[in-house]
Amino acid sequence: MDIKVTTTERDREPAIRMQSIEKSYKDLHVLRGVDFEVAAGSIFALLGSNGAGKTTIVRMLSTLLKQDAGTASVNGFDVATQPTKVRESISLTGQFAAVDEILTGRENLVLVAKLRHLHDPGRIAEDLLARFDLADAGSRKVSTYSGGMRRRLDIAMSLIGQPKVIFLDEPTTGLDPEGRLEVWQVVKELATRGTTVLLTTQHLEEAEQLADRIAILHQGHIIANGTLAELKQLLPPAQVEYVEKQPSLEEVFLQLVGNDDKNDDKAQTRKDQS
Amino acid sequence: MSTHFFADTALLTGRSMRHILRSPDTIITTAITPIAIMLMFVYVLGGAIQTGTDNYVTYLLPGILLIAIASGIAYTAFRLFLDLQSGIFERFHSMPIARSSVLWAHVLTSLVANGITLVIIVGVALLMGFRTSADLLAWLAVAGILALFTLALTWLAVIAGLSAKSVDGASGFSYVLIFLPFISSAFVPTDTMPGPVRVFAENQPVTSIVNTIQDLFAGQPVGSDIWIALAWCVGILVIAYVIAMAVYRRKIA
Repeated sequence: MDIKVTTTERDREPAIRMQSIEKSYKDLHVLRGVDFEVAAGSIFALLGSNGAGKTTIVRMLSTLLKQDAGTASVNGFDVATQPTKVRESISLTGQFAAVDEILTGRENLVLVAKLRHLHDPGRIAEDLLARFDLADAGSRKVSTYSGGMRRRLDIAMSLIGQPKVIFLDEPTTGLDPEGRLEVWQVVKELATRGTTVLLTTQHLEEAEQLADRIAILHQGHIIANGTLAELKQLLPPAQVEYVEKQPSLEEVFLQLVGNDDKNDDKAQTRKDQS
Repeated sequence: MSTHFFADTALLTGRSMRHILRSPDTIITTAITPIAIMLMFVYVLGGAIQTGTDNYVTYLLPGILLIAIASGIAYTAFRLFLDLQSGIFERFHSMPIARSSVLWAHVLTSLVANGITLVIIVGVALLMGFRTSADLLAWLAVAGILALFTLALTWLAVIAGLSAKSVDGASGFSYVLIFLPFISSAFVPTDTMPGPVRVFAENQPVTSIVNTIQDLFAGQPVGSDIWIALAWCVGILVIAYVIAMAVYRRKIA
């Protein structure tokens, strides 16, 4: 690699690049040559059914798993040969909120900030608690949090140290509709701040809502990759049909429970009652 | 990367120590069972056991301490397993930290937690009439051997914690270890045992460790037992560590 790469050149090259990546678990050939690139500062959604290999790709890019063949780089660093550099560039938010249940929300954030050797971990924790609507719950043990609060804390932990690339593996699985909207809001904010986001999802609507580009992983290959508009063009041109506009169940639900109020205590009360 | 090893290990040890301090029942539970065994053997069975010492609790204590360690390390496997399950293990490993500090934090926590349990048990034994003529040097030797034994079993626990598929699997292996002191010189001298049992008892690690600690407590010269005890501890430690690291590397790329 050319060691004279300047910062601007590094910024212009793709934030994530996978070339001919293969991975097998014993006889199971999960990835059979995966290629894609993610532009810096964009949101990229990886769609696929259960077992398609989405998590395998995320684990590989976050240096938790080695590929059998092919090359992958994140922020310009090779995941196999420069894993430490990759880890300095990324944050991983896995499928299940990876938070410490016994510590408080604040202690979780402080721990991550200290592990990243940042200045003033207490301040960082306070800022994030405020930004993620967790200020009142900051001194409570995480085991008392609702699913949505846990996910917010989980994502907040991932933002510490301002990583260039964030991986979100099925970030809204198991969340109620409000929790999902909250996470979507956070992801959109991340992208406006210039963070590259790779998210995996099974919810097609999530990809539609968030992603600049969408790739579909099927039987070990990326079978489609493009913007939403490009993907829609893969099908025959739309026919004009007249359909009565009905509210979706989600719209009804959100209308009834009052979507505009994101109060933690209410979320907690709902959880206690259920 | 290794420059932060000590700082990262200290941070993560602080984290798991906090777990223990917030649920002190783990320390109490690990202390209560050995204490119950000690009470039962001293006050129920002890009158009928001939050990050649004035006070049976003095004879019994070393074996009780080993039982406490064997049950205490099960919590290390348990905590490690929970970290793997919750995904926090992967979070730490995807961060720019010294990766091995994640395991070492659990190992150091095990040493500290078991140390606290052992102090509690020795305290109870003193109330029950345990007396020793050990000097400071002998006490240090006892502490050293117990720490080495804890370290060796903790790395066994790391193997279990890393490779378990369920919570029961993570801690179940310790039952075998808890049982070992019963077939050793910990409760009765081995020379009353029938042939094959005696051969097993005299050639398994617990007997040499128990004999060494009994001698140290009695203020007697330890003889060759201490070398056999050290060889067992170091041997188990090295083998367990090598296997644990191999399992660990398979788990994390």
